[in-house]
Amino acid sequence: MLRNLCQKMFGRSLWVYHANSGGCNGCDIEVLNVLTPYYDAERFGIKLVGSPRHADVMLCQGPAMRSTAKALKRAFDAMPAPKLVFAIGSCACGGGIWFDSYSVLGPVEKVLPVNFYIPGCPPRPEAIIYGVAVALGLVDKKTAPVQFKQLELPMPRYHPSDLHGQGEMVVYTKAEKV
Amino acid sequence: MSVLSKLKETLVCLKAGRVTLPYPAQAQPVPEKFRGRPIFDAAKCIGCAGCANNCPAREILVFDVCQEVRILKYLGRRCAYCGRCADVCPEKAITMSHEFENATNSIGDILQKLDLFMSTCQRCGRCFKEPSPLEQLKLKGYRMDDLGNERWVYRSKAFLNEEQTVDDVKIELG
Repeated sequence: MLRNLCQKMFGRSLWVYHANSGGCNGCDIEVLNVLTPYYDAERFGIKLVGSPRHADVMLCQGPAMRSTAKALKRAFDAMPAPKLVFAIGSCACGGGIWFDSYSVLGPVEKVLPVNFYIPGCPPRPEAIIYGVAVALGLVDKKTAPVQFKQLELPMPRYHPSDLHGQGEMVVYTKAEKV
Repeated sequence: MSVLSKLKETLVCLKAGRVTLPYPAQAQPVPEKFRGRPIFDAAKCIGCAGCANNCPAREILVFDVCQEVRILKYLGRRCAYCGRCADVCPEKAITMSHEFENATNSIGDILQKLDLFMSTCQRCGRCFKEPSPLEQLKLKGYRMDDLGNERWVYRSKAFLNEEQTVDDVKIELG
């Protein structure tokens, strides 16, 4: 649903606003790398603008910090209505290495509603392009939660209703099924 | 003069050629030692929790649900892909893969969760490496009983508090 909505609302060029709320500039360099001729993002219509009032997408880098959370919120409120927020990098996704420091509030999620996450420290420029493509609905996301359960024990599953017989002779009918 | 400079600029531009990488059309190979998302191998993991002790971002959580089952969770939100967990793993159960296309719309997609079966030391009562499949057969009372819920029937009665297992992706956001 979100993808259809994105394709409808953001069918044309995306103008991105780049907000750093206290990161280390590693993600900034990667975002600027996306705009260089090597990873030419402007061929997809992605353009960096200097004011949040012109922007469709906000690229958040760095954790929400105590000093910059208000400014981040104000920049988000200044964007016109159909807007997306990207959390780029580990700091914006989860708070970064210094998540428990006194000046760090935590992930950007605490201040803004985040739509898409691009983890990495810093994410590769390809990963950022991929994240934008996921947001636009051009490709499917590749990640899914992985869970390993100990399911391969070759033991019959016991259920009392499968017990038949009386007295000394009691047969468990599903004993051979594994 | 200006015409000459324009001609010179044209020559420079022609000489430079095309540098834009065809990334979305073709897959871009990563360098050999690139560290992407860590992959946890449940078959090799012995549940020693060395990765959880060494993770600088404290993103790997290990807790015992009961005496026999230890749960290892990799949340991956603020993982810096430093590879310390892979360095410290004695069984090489963690490999730093080359996957970097991890963009999602819900942060829970990066989660990896391992259920590890641990044996109990008869002397000290602590958990150690899981037994071989043949030894697992001999352990009575550890089997899956409820097919609908895929629920384990644990042998030991002493369960730990359930709250530490519930939805810890969102705990810090509250």
